[in-house]
Amino acid sequence: MEELHTHDSIHIEGDPSQALPRYRRLRRISVIATSLVALIPLFILVMINYYQDQESYHAETRYTIARILSNNKRTLEFVVAERRAALSLIITQHPYRVLGETDRLKTVLKDLNSSFGGFVDLGLIDSLGNQTVYVGPYDLRGKNYKDQAWFNEVMVRGEYVSDVFMGHRNLPHFVIAFRHESIDGDFFILRATIDMEMINRIFYALDLDPGTDAFLINQQGILQTNSMTYGSVLGKINFEAPRGLRQREVIGEYEEQGKWLTTGYTYIENTPFILMVIKQREKPFMHWFYRRTGLLWFLVVSSALIIAVVIYGAGHTIKRLRELDKRRARIFHNIEYTNKMATIGRMAAGVAHEINNPLAIINEKAGLLNDMANRIPDLPQKDKFMGLADSITKSVERCSRVTHRLLGFARRMDSRKETIDLKELLEEVVGFQKTELVHRDINVSFNIPPDLKPIECDRGQLQQVFLNIINNAFTAVDVGGRIDIAVEESGDDMVKVTFTDNGTGIPEKDLKNIFEPFYSTKGEFGTGLGLSITRDIIQKLEGRIDVQSKVGTGTSFTVSLPRRAKY
Amino acid sequence: MAKVLLVDDEKDFREILAERMMGRGLDADTAESGFKALEMIESKSYDAIILDLAMPEMDGMETLKRLLAKQPHLQVIVLTGQATVQKGVEAVKLGAADFLEKPAEIESLMAKIEEAQARKLALFEQDLDKKISDITRKKGW
Repeated sequence: MEELHTHDSIHIEGDPSQALPRYRRLRRISVIATSLVALIPLFILVMINYYQDQESYHAETRYTIARILSNNKRTLEFVVAERRAALSLIITQHPYRVLGETDRLKTVLKDLNSSFGGFVDLGLIDSLGNQTVYVGPYDLRGKNYKDQAWFNEVMVRGEYVSDVFMGHRNLPHFVIAFRHESIDGDFFILRATIDMEMINRIFYALDLDPGTDAFLINQQGILQTNSMTYGSVLGKINFEAPRGLRQREVIGEYEEQGKWLTTGYTYIENTPFILMVIKQREKPFMHWFYRRTGLLWFLVVSSALIIAVVIYGAGHTIKRLRELDKRRARIFHNIEYTNKMATIGRMAAGVAHEINNPLAIINEKAGLLNDMANRIPDLPQKDKFMGLADSITKSVERCSRVTHRLLGFARRMDSRKETIDLKELLEEVVGFQKTELVHRDINVSFNIPPDLKPIECDRGQLQQVFLNIINNAFTAVDVGGRIDIAVEESGDDMVKVTFTDNGTGIPEKDLKNIFEPFYSTKGEFGTGLGLSITRDIIQKLEGRIDVQSKVGTGTSFTVSLPRRAKY
Repeated sequence: MAKVLLVDDEKDFREILAERMMGRGLDADTAESGFKALEMIESKSYDAIILDLAMPEMDGMETLKRLLAKQPHLQVIVLTGQATVQKGVEAVKLGAADFLEKPAEIESLMAKIEEAQARKLALFEQDLDKKISDITRKKGW
């Protein structure tokens, strides 16, 4: 029974390793959830950046193309219109007969070139299609154009701008022709060949970015200027010439042979030319990727950091959680254990008290039998009779020892903490023994600091401890002996109570045994186990007991107690 | 002949212990409750009261308080089956003269009664001395 009071053999129910998968899952969920919460906004931001970047790049490209288109269109239209206007002025201001003079026409060509430039030749063609006058590098005088398509067109529409063709010195040219009706009702045609160099210069002047191509085509898809990507003038482009609203600059995007292209085109007013601008773009992702390398690094590094912190944090948290769970389980177990023990203790105390009363009756009855037998002088079998009564009394004593032990055990199981004034408690315990003190003329002195702070402990058990020690001292001292009780505070959290007697003292060889069970059986109150029980109780109260003794001088017991026990 | 009052709710115990004490030459009366004991001390001067703690209606501690309230010099020996140090200290604090556990040896009980009787006598003498000295002082002798 004595072993039951120790708390040493506590085991946590359930193997903690069985709970491991739960913590792993918790950790995994925690890592995933936290990472997602942290990373998703980051990725959304990056995605938004990507789309905004795409959008702006797209808009920028379109804007660039639109600008090239509109500027170039204006310039080209101006160049053509300027020459048309010049020719128109010439044809309306000069009668046929004046222009029909070769010298005169030569002068006109010279003036045109000095004023505007780009004019290669001039010719006058009569209504029958004969070129009557010609000034220029070829000998085209007298050539008849009656069957040519452009002649018919100029006859019908009054003016004509030709596609580009290879002319003099194998250079590209185009033709502007005007029909003029004279006062006599007859009409003639003024035909001028214009060097494409004028036009090409405009394109050169554009100074385009690499990857951007601007060129002219006609409606059949024949290049009218050189193109960087589709070949030289008069080559055929490999896509269909755009057909759309004549006025609009149309911009489209498509992918061709792995290249991302944005194209725009516009018709050049009063010409068969279509101005095309084609800008080769980087792949959408690659463009963003190159432009936003910093952002991407930021994304990668911060993601890595977030994940690292999350993994570390979750690991740490789960570890703490596991520790807390373990501790909580231990505490619950302890509480349960303590409650169980307290219940057992109270039950044991109840049983002991209940048994003590009938034991007392048996004791008295056996005693009475003994008394009666004693008084009758010639009782038959008197010795046997009295022996029986004695044996009942002895059995009662045995039972009584058991109930005492049970009570001692019960007290230790059911421990309660309260605030205790050590001075008062010590005086009470000594007061409890006052009849014995008076009877044996033992002098007890107290040396307790007046400002002693109270301690927290179990009152009943402390009383038991002090009583046991004082009883021990009583048996050691002679009549007229002395016991000194001193209390001193040892540091902030310990209190020392020393009991010094001037008794017989304990031989050194016995000193180490005095705390062993059943070593001394004299003079204890209650438990019958003396100093062994005393030491057990003190240890349970988280204190310690030390003894010093000298044969013939006396013994000194020191009980050290925590000011605030944690049990 | 010492006069003893035994207060215990257990009839068997009470009567047999009384009989044994009488067999040892004591004048032993019994009371089955605290109320009865309080009544009995009015009509007889006891040298010692032997008092049980666990009793119905009025328990031993309460009885002890009331007995001592009536007669402060009363020598009350607590004899109980609920023998814990705490109870003992409590009883002594309330003024009990002595404390004994059930079951008790009759000889130790007898010894305690004897001590109680001696104490009572000493107190009585002390009282008497005091009274005499009071009287002499007052009368100016």
